[in-house]
Amino acid sequence: MNIHEYQAKELLTKFGADNPRGSVARTAAEAEKAAHDLGTDSIVVKAQIHAGGRGKGAFTNGFQGGVHLCKTAGEARDIADKMIGQTLVTHQTGPEGRLVNQVLVAESVEIEKEFYFAILMDRATGAPVIVASREGGMDIEEVAARSPEKILREAVDPAFGLQSYQTRKLAKDLGFAPGQMRAAGKLFAALYRCFISSDCSMVEINPLVLTKSGGVLALDAKFSFDDNALFRHPDIVALRDIGEEDPREVAASEHHLSYIGLDGNIGCMVNGAGLAMATMDIIKHHGGDPANFLDVGGGASEEQVTEAFKILLSDAKVKAILVNIFGGIMRCDVIAQGILNAVKSVKLGIPLVVRLEGTNVEPGRKLLADSGLPIVTATDLDTAASKIVKLAAKT
Amino acid sequence: MSVLVDKNTRLVVQGITGKSGAFHTRNCMEYGTNVVAGVTPARGGEKFEDIVPVFDTVHEARRETGCNATMIFVPPEFAADAILEAADAGVELIVCITEGIPVMDMMRVKELLKASPSRLIGPNCPGIITPGQCKIGIMPGYIHKPGHIGVVSRSGTLTYEAVWQLTSRGVGQSTCIGIGGDPIIGTTTLDAVQLFAGDPDTHGIILIGEIGGSAEEEAAAWLKEHCDKPVAGFIAGATAPPGRRMGHAGAIISGGKGTASAKKEALRAAGIAVAETPSTIADTLLAVMK
Repeated sequence: MNIHEYQAKELLTKFGADNPRGSVARTAAEAEKAAHDLGTDSIVVKAQIHAGGRGKGAFTNGFQGGVHLCKTAGEARDIADKMIGQTLVTHQTGPEGRLVNQVLVAESVEIEKEFYFAILMDRATGAPVIVASREGGMDIEEVAARSPEKILREAVDPAFGLQSYQTRKLAKDLGFAPGQMRAAGKLFAALYRCFISSDCSMVEINPLVLTKSGGVLALDAKFSFDDNALFRHPDIVALRDIGEEDPREVAASEHHLSYIGLDGNIGCMVNGAGLAMATMDIIKHHGGDPANFLDVGGGASEEQVTEAFKILLSDAKVKAILVNIFGGIMRCDVIAQGILNAVKSVKLGIPLVVRLEGTNVEPGRKLLADSGLPIVTATDLDTAASKIVKLAAKT
Repeated sequence: MSVLVDKNTRLVVQGITGKSGAFHTRNCMEYGTNVVAGVTPARGGEKFEDIVPVFDTVHEARRETGCNATMIFVPPEFAADAILEAADAGVELIVCITEGIPVMDMMRVKELLKASPSRLIGPNCPGIITPGQCKIGIMPGYIHKPGHIGVVSRSGTLTYEAVWQLTSRGVGQSTCIGIGGDPIIGTTTLDAVQLFAGDPDTHGIILIGEIGGSAEEEAAAWLKEHCDKPVAGFIAGATAPPGRRMGHAGAIISGGKGTASAKKEALRAAGIAVAETPSTIADTLLAVMK
């Protein structure tokens, strides 16, 4: 789950992590008031969408750039007016762009120095690790590849948490002057509290800045939350913006299906995440392109299979469908019935290849054969994949 | 022979009275697993299926029945606590099937288990089976066959696919371990291949991995130095887009790390035969065993 920049700022503030003053505005009038309340002539107005590349993006109404600097509340109002309710296209949104419903109006700080600072869960050690660098504002992967010696790593003991000496060591190694170390340490500690208390898998501050006036601030924050822990964070769940998500993925999540949209034309429905990935791989191996990842899980019901199949059929890009089920707990006849139910309510106008194996495979295959529908069957995965790729190429 | 579980394993089931706990306990019992106890707090004194005594705590179950392995079906909110309870009671093998445990919970569990002799398999896994002797988990028993191939995998149904390919060719398995799809797990790919390498009855190994983390690379590096047994590998997720979690919480390419191609390269560099497609996993191993 992702959140907006203004929500990230609110979360930082809640944990005492200093960041530039500012607030969200949903109308031009709100933007004017927010800018006025800042009491400064150094203002930035930023369009709020989840995708990156906003500064270099363009609105479909012709207005250039999703991030603008200005000096007065009146200017902030005019900029907000050109952004709110408009569609912003960036290199990350695709040509359809994203609708901007709100803008962030914040104080634009004068930057002395930029840093990179992130806290993430290190899988190898099963403990949090802090990754930091003096090369802020850059793509950290590029820094790591070009000059790995510039990347600092500080492991945190999960039983005891981040210690004060560790924050001092980090501040020193990042090159903060003695007089700034206290402010830097305070920010690092606040970010760690935020990471742990919010069940994050990553908090990335890029850049973390030293201002000309000597302040240490989190200028931009990116949060990744652990989906498994959302049940104990209703406040974070409330930040979800469904308008920013793929509608196919939203529909799937409503039925507790694991779905990820891709760019190909072969829809897939599989049980189990590993087998679902392997099915996408074998489609590619035979020269086809998967339209999605879809795992119906180990114990899906007939209804879930029906809904999953409807999601595939409602996707205009999908030209053929491959169903690959290895029934363990899940019975093949249940899968077959779910497919037949879906095809009853939504007309099947495209080729369908079904490969069933495992528990109750014979009754499952019989249900499909007796249905009178033009379903192509296969007994092994390789044959199924080669058949679906040929059929998709014909349509 | 086999690893970790056999006909002498005495199993307790935590969450035995829940819907899926009860369903899978029945399947394990039908397979022949010796289920000696169940635990559900506040249901102590009951009998499951008129035979298996239910206790309020794992400590009580351990004391009364001498159970030496547990299968956990407790909901994700309470699963970390269930694992720690089993470890505190001294249960040697803890198999946690539960999917959806918060990573921070597993972080604390992993830290605490460092000081415990108990071994954890999972969470978010299908479990472990020694064909013909003991099944602890949710895998369909009938696809397995006793034999000499050790299978380790991060995925459930993909394991069934590989096992079924072996069994269909008349080749049996010593033990199959589903280690789970989460970012923080108890028994790692490396731990599992070390067990198979040390088991005289395991003659070949199938290693099934997927995108995310570096578990396969670590196992490959160890195998290269320490193991002469034939090994075949498969890595799922060559077509997965970076930055997206592919169903499993741990299946994600992040920061350019954990790609399928890098993992396959690491396996090949260690002399492991890599199956190009999931339908050739068994044949890839059998080809190098000739």
